[in-house]
Amino acid sequence: MMKFYDPFILPFVIGLYFIFAYLGIKFAVMLIRIGKPERKKIAKGIFSVKTLSAVKEVFLEALLHKRIFKVNPMLGYMHMSLAFGWFLLILFGKIGTLSYSRDFFNPIHYAIFFKYFEPRDPAFFYSKTYFLLMDSFLLFILSGLTLAIVKRFRTRIFGMKKTTRLRFFDRMALTSLWLIFPFRLLAESFTSGAFQSGHFLSGTLGSVFAGFLPVENLMYPAWWAYSLALGFFFVSLPFSRYMHIPTEMLLIFLRKWGLDTGTKMSGYAEAQVLSCSRCGICIDNCQLKTAGETQANPVYFIQALRNQQVNPALAMNCLQCGRCEEICPVKIDIRQLRLITRQHLTPDQSDYHYLPVEQPVKADVIFFGGCMTHLTPGIVAAMKKLVAESGEKVWFMDEQESVCCGRPQLLAGEAESAMRLIEHNRQLITGSGAKLLVTSCPICLTVFVREYNLGIEVLHHSQYLLRLTRSQKIRPKPALLKIAYHDPCELGRGNAIYEEPRQLINSSAILVKTKHEKQMSLCCGGSLGNLQLNADQQNLILDETLQSLTAANPDIIATSCPLCKKTFQKSSPVPVLDIAEIAAGTWQHYIQPASQNQEKANIHELAENQLMN
Amino acid sequence: MATFGFSILKDRQIDYDNNDHRLFRFIEEQEPSIRLCIGCGGCTAGCTAAGFTGFNYRKLNYLLMRGETEHLQKGIQQCMLCGKCKLVCPRGVNTRNMIFALKRAFKTPLWEELQKKINV
Repeated sequence: MMKFYDPFILPFVIGLYFIFAYLGIKFAVMLIRIGKPERKKIAKGIFSVKTLSAVKEVFLEALLHKRIFKVNPMLGYMHMSLAFGWFLLILFGKIGTLSYSRDFFNPIHYAIFFKYFEPRDPAFFYSKTYFLLMDSFLLFILSGLTLAIVKRFRTRIFGMKKTTRLRFFDRMALTSLWLIFPFRLLAESFTSGAFQSGHFLSGTLGSVFAGFLPVENLMYPAWWAYSLALGFFFVSLPFSRYMHIPTEMLLIFLRKWGLDTGTKMSGYAEAQVLSCSRCGICIDNCQLKTAGETQANPVYFIQALRNQQVNPALAMNCLQCGRCEEICPVKIDIRQLRLITRQHLTPDQSDYHYLPVEQPVKADVIFFGGCMTHLTPGIVAAMKKLVAESGEKVWFMDEQESVCCGRPQLLAGEAESAMRLIEHNRQLITGSGAKLLVTSCPICLTVFVREYNLGIEVLHHSQYLLRLTRSQKIRPKPALLKIAYHDPCELGRGNAIYEEPRQLINSSAILVKTKHEKQMSLCCGGSLGNLQLNADQQNLILDETLQSLTAANPDIIATSCPLCKKTFQKSSPVPVLDIAEIAAGTWQHYIQPASQNQEKANIHELAENQLMN
Repeated sequence: MATFGFSILKDRQIDYDNNDHRLFRFIEEQEPSIRLCIGCGGCTAGCTAAGFTGFNYRKLNYLLMRGETEHLQKGIQQCMLCGKCKLVCPRGVNTRNMIFALKRAFKTPLWEELQKKINV
């Protein structure tokens, strides 16, 4: 293959072989570390439709970047032009050389430096269209590159308040990536200028350059520069954020084949870490920013994880609200990665040998309030009232003393201790013979659904109350109240329950729209998942969320999580009630009729006037 | 210590001359809010684990602050981490982080040193 050789191709060729070798080894190690049961899933999925749908997703996400388009069209275009444009350039470049040389085994660099080896634009049967296309693709990429440079200095145009801080290898890779395409343009233009060839971009620029530059002498250095930029980019890629390009594709396949993150730092978790492109879209959506925390945002946490620099303060500082996962274009399991690191950092030392032996009570339905509901007795009172009205036979399992559901331990990375509590509660629940478990706490709900394997139906009380309303066992009292509903993180993003509480509220009162709803709802700040934030920082988050909720001047803030309720009550300007309290009509205790308010205001005015006189 | 001619029950005695505050300082660095405790006991009144056992967060916090490390490890192990204590705390003490900082401290050489001192 010495036919197409020149020393300047060496940086590119060396870089390319390096990256192929590196990726081959890295991916092989990752697949080995994935573990046996997960590898079986791969074997099962590889020859199924799942692979085809993975190919589709790779096309949509790794090349077109559909999810980033949804966040911001400009940002999406920037990513698409670089990824898809480069892909087209490589693909068509290869097709072109194949059509021309009719040698299937022509070397890779022949296609990349085609213009150097064939400077006179050789003719083959669709060569006109081909060169037109190649120039268009390059222009397409350059337009995205311009946006990328603008974005570094003016992030707000792209709908982002903050972009990520870069590390050394990121800078190196970024610089070489930015230089690749301008160098290609220069090399092709100089060559076109020297040989009077080229098309609308390279040809025009070439003749312009030829007018005042010694293009014959500049041509060769430009090709060297182009090759060097490519080589540098390939060599720095594995150590920079651009490792996400190859890894994301692997990740998409693995995910489609049904792998999940699990509870250990497996090869799959590693693939997720490497797939983070540090695009920084999560930064604006992470409420840690509101709390003044700039080190623990998802993107920096994953970066620290990749560089093995995770410390307890970083791992523990996450609300586990899941807003980052909603917006992440790569769909990385960020919450779970954080929990895995928590496990490693704090050894599980809990000792629950003191748990008592309790006797289950026979019932059809069990109500489990959970620890947090103990702090908001209004919810239990409302539930009791509603249950009495409905005539259902319900056992209030944890009315007196109760054992925790196990979720706080899981959130703190103590999986083994959690299992002991789970086992205790499971025996009580299955022993009662109930067919339905209702909980008013979304935190408990998550663990009941995911870890308990009860074999009976588990409902959140909003779903249960809606069911009772639909079957007309209870009739919520109508109320002329404007209610703003807050989606608890664990209920909404955690368990995808958005509609039931809204329908329940709508059955008796008026629901008003709020700024952050459903998938993008804010966290109350009281999160059990965060062990690091201090009270002041939590209050900053609380204030932000309350502001968003009270923007439409509601009479009441409703929520369906006792933790959210308790947190809001600290500083909410309007009463905060659980949906059970609204359905049961206990809201009347908190809201004074308008006339009474008026009376009060009059009295105040009177008193003030008297003082003035 | 000066003798005044009467005896004090050993259990009722806090000997600041002998108590070792290194552990407290180590934890305080990671969770400064533990100093804010006014000992109201709200944490312990609502505690889930305290319903079944003698677990007492307020007591443990005080023992730590006084440098009495003897009963800390056994005590902390009983916590169910539910976080009610943090919600009711009027001073905003980050109780759960204190517990985790302690759990990590139990794996440090400092703790081993303190253990040896207690056993002597």
